[in-house]
Amino acid sequence: MSELVLPKIDEATISKKEYIFKNLSKIINPENVLTHKDEIKPYETDALAAYTQTPLAVVMPENTSEVSNILKFCHKENVKVVPRGAGTGLSGGALPLNDAVLLSLGKFNKILEIDFENKCVVTQPGVTNLGITDAVKHKGFYYAPDPSSQLACSIGGNVAENSGGVHSLKYGTTTNNILGVEIVMMDGTICRVGGKTLDQEGYDLMGLICGSEGLLGVITEATVKILKNPQVVKAALIGFPTIEEGGNAASEIISSGIVPAGMEIMDKALIEATDNFSKAGYPRDAELLLIVELDGTVSEVDELLNQVSNICKKNNCSSLKLSKNEKERLSFWAGRKAAFPACGAMAPDYYCMDGSIPRGKLAEALLEIKNLSKKYNLPVANCFHAGDGNLHPLIMFDGSNKEELKRTEEFGAEILKTCVRLGGVITGEHGVGVEKRELMCEMFNDKDIQQQLDIKKSLDEKNLLNPGKVYPILRKCAEEGRVHVHRGEEKFPDLPRF
Amino acid sequence: MFTEVKKNSQIFQDSDKTYYPEDEVQVSNIVKELYDKNSPIELVGTNTKNFIGNKTQCAERLSLSKISGIVEYLPEELYIKVKGNTPLEIVEKELEKNNQELAFEIVDFGFIKDGKSNKGTVAGYLSCNFAGSRRFKVGSVRDHILGFRGVNGKGDIIKSGGTVVKNVTGYDLSKLIAGAFGTLVALTEVTLKVLPKQKSCSTIVVYTEEKKLVNKLFEKISSSSSDVSGAVFIPEEPKNERYQYNKERVFKFNDLISNKSFLGIRVEGDKVSINEKIKALNQELELDKLTTTILDVHQSIPFWKKVNSLEIFNQTNNNLLRIVVPPSSSIKLIQNIENKFKYYIDWCGSLFWVEIPSTKNDKIKEIKKITQEIGGYLTIIKKSEEFDFEETIFTVNETRLLISEKIKKGFDPKRIFNPGKMYRGV
Repeated sequence: MSELVLPKIDEATISKKEYIFKNLSKIINPENVLTHKDEIKPYETDALAAYTQTPLAVVMPENTSEVSNILKFCHKENVKVVPRGAGTGLSGGALPLNDAVLLSLGKFNKILEIDFENKCVVTQPGVTNLGITDAVKHKGFYYAPDPSSQLACSIGGNVAENSGGVHSLKYGTTTNNILGVEIVMMDGTICRVGGKTLDQEGYDLMGLICGSEGLLGVITEATVKILKNPQVVKAALIGFPTIEEGGNAASEIISSGIVPAGMEIMDKALIEATDNFSKAGYPRDAELLLIVELDGTVSEVDELLNQVSNICKKNNCSSLKLSKNEKERLSFWAGRKAAFPACGAMAPDYYCMDGSIPRGKLAEALLEIKNLSKKYNLPVANCFHAGDGNLHPLIMFDGSNKEELKRTEEFGAEILKTCVRLGGVITGEHGVGVEKRELMCEMFNDKDIQQQLDIKKSLDEKNLLNPGKVYPILRKCAEEGRVHVHRGEEKFPDLPRF
Repeated sequence: MFTEVKKNSQIFQDSDKTYYPEDEVQVSNIVKELYDKNSPIELVGTNTKNFIGNKTQCAERLSLSKISGIVEYLPEELYIKVKGNTPLEIVEKELEKNNQELAFEIVDFGFIKDGKSNKGTVAGYLSCNFAGSRRFKVGSVRDHILGFRGVNGKGDIIKSGGTVVKNVTGYDLSKLIAGAFGTLVALTEVTLKVLPKQKSCSTIVVYTEEKKLVNKLFEKISSSSSDVSGAVFIPEEPKNERYQYNKERVFKFNDLISNKSFLGIRVEGDKVSINEKIKALNQELELDKLTTTILDVHQSIPFWKKVNSLEIFNQTNNNLLRIVVPPSSSIKLIQNIENKFKYYIDWCGSLFWVEIPSTKNDKIKEIKKITQEIGGYLTIIKKSEEFDFEETIFTVNETRLLISEKIKKGFDPKRIFNPGKMYRGV
């Protein structure tokens, strides 16, 4: 990977580290302050495992008051702090810094209240995304955002990253599904925003915190909205002989007024890779595969499936299967959910990109990526959250070949620049972190970035909270922006990534 | 004072000391001047909601009304990009051509102010963030903003977000701008998410005066998978002639017994699914035990327009409160206002619109206290002329106020835009 530039190490902090450790051990149970190199090693990276850094220390507070006191102390002593949830982030947002205390929210792992009357769950941030749904499913409810790492990722991390998932078009991302948060600012101020009411008055601090990647405050509690399960969920699996026809069908489904619960696209390379890997029974002759999921009432879903079928037939689909039962619906998804490991089995390494483009540009983007694949002589497999235009090309390469690695990096950067050129953005759901930091200037000019930095400064004037993330350090567009997985050595290799 | 600006950019200023810039560069030039001279200014659009919030202490005004028009509308991409002060009526008409709509439903404040419909502009509406009846199903105004362009308090032209739904590139400033009452940015362009318009709708009307039953029905509706998109309770109370407008006059429909207390439940979709949903709700809510009628699509659409136009409080001279509470606690608030004040409850039990006569100004403080105790918030939308005591328009605590000051500083360090409109010092 390209060399990563991080904020200059503060020697004053390093020189007084024993003093810092001593004081942190006074603030919280000394057993929750990790300083020995063997203890802190597991924390040296998040799921962007290509980058590693040793933190100064790891602290694991057990309540909000402890978080507040830690931050107060660090604020007073000018010590940097990097917050960390479950460490499943793909953009290096929780990458430690040598002179920073890594604040792990791992001990905040309890659901505090399940309130079916108000359709919400009050939870500590360390509870997993799926843990929320698990806690309410017995009454037919669920938590809508479903990032692929939902088995392991924490709800606090979801808020920090504004996580999405395959159902974002219809149900929104995290920001649309939370009602309240408790945050601790860098100076130790504890602030509660929102609660069990819809909306809040005044500046929408919750909306600002959501997706701020741990730069503005530490989330210590979240109140999330839960939804009743739809009456029926059905899916269609459709093959197309060309990319254009499949892309056009996806676009036409949306423009006809249908809002699918989920709509996914896979290209030929990925159809083959996943079918080999998971035996999902996908149509191997297709150049492009579309999975459309619809939910609602019985007649609503049947009518919409009928409309989807007609649109796909009009666009010359080569195969069309409608799920007859829940088992079959899940089988449609099996291959898609195995997309990442399938690529891992095909090449020593892969880079996963994450850009968003307007839906109508799907075919154009896929063709462009196909051309770039030829230009760089590297295989690529593509999957899209087509409903919301979120693109995940997976570039396969051999990282031990330096020249190939360089070519891959150039290829990846061109893909993200293509996304911006087509009217999209450099990250749809993985976040900027350290990974795409230098690409921010592809989307924003100096004034735009300065405005964001001004907000950061007004809420964290000493720039101590998670510095070096999201905003360009070099203020130039570097050739970065992807997830590197080497020989399956991804952090959390068991998590399906889609 | 602004001769230089006028000379350079030919920006018109009328006798009312109001500037009318025609594009964002002109807005930027004016704000840069104001910044240099530490001179605050009131931001205005078409003045449909300017009665909300504190009066700003500004000698001059900056009207953004000329920055209007549709920039780009891509129905298949489900977004429309408009200049900030484009009237919402124009946006709605344009969307209608493609069977699309702004799903959050607009609250029409025109009736409160002038006794007739006037929805105002996109920027003005976004600045208030007051979503209509569909809020509990589809989200608020802020949930439908994909991006914006505008001028900050230093005069810099800035942008945030984009046109795609999935976007986590940098801080989501659109959220901050929503509900900021023009205190952070002068909006020049807004990109709104749009959604397909529902094919049809019907409204089940349930007649009851039992507040506990109403609360129970709200709870069951929000737990239903029948996709209810509107649930409002309009009581037949108080029996008091002091109120100019009564609900019988406003809610006059063939299939509605308007002189009774009733709960309106809206379902949307195609005809088959509407029937399916009505059938399911009949069972879930045990409606066979109650008196009900159904408003068909021709009555249902105007019914919900009336709910969202606040016509029941037409040109009121009294105080008008907007209160949001956790739905399970709404009964506690009802107990304090029933038979005393004119009110109705929207958002499936969460949102209260309450009119307090000018003779009972002191009641506002009491209601606010109860609201806060049950975890809600209260906004004084309109103050009566006799309102002469100290009470904040918005609900805010000390910590939030401190952080709000910091956020304001991040956008508008010299407090040029609408100073004091929301809170003192912001």
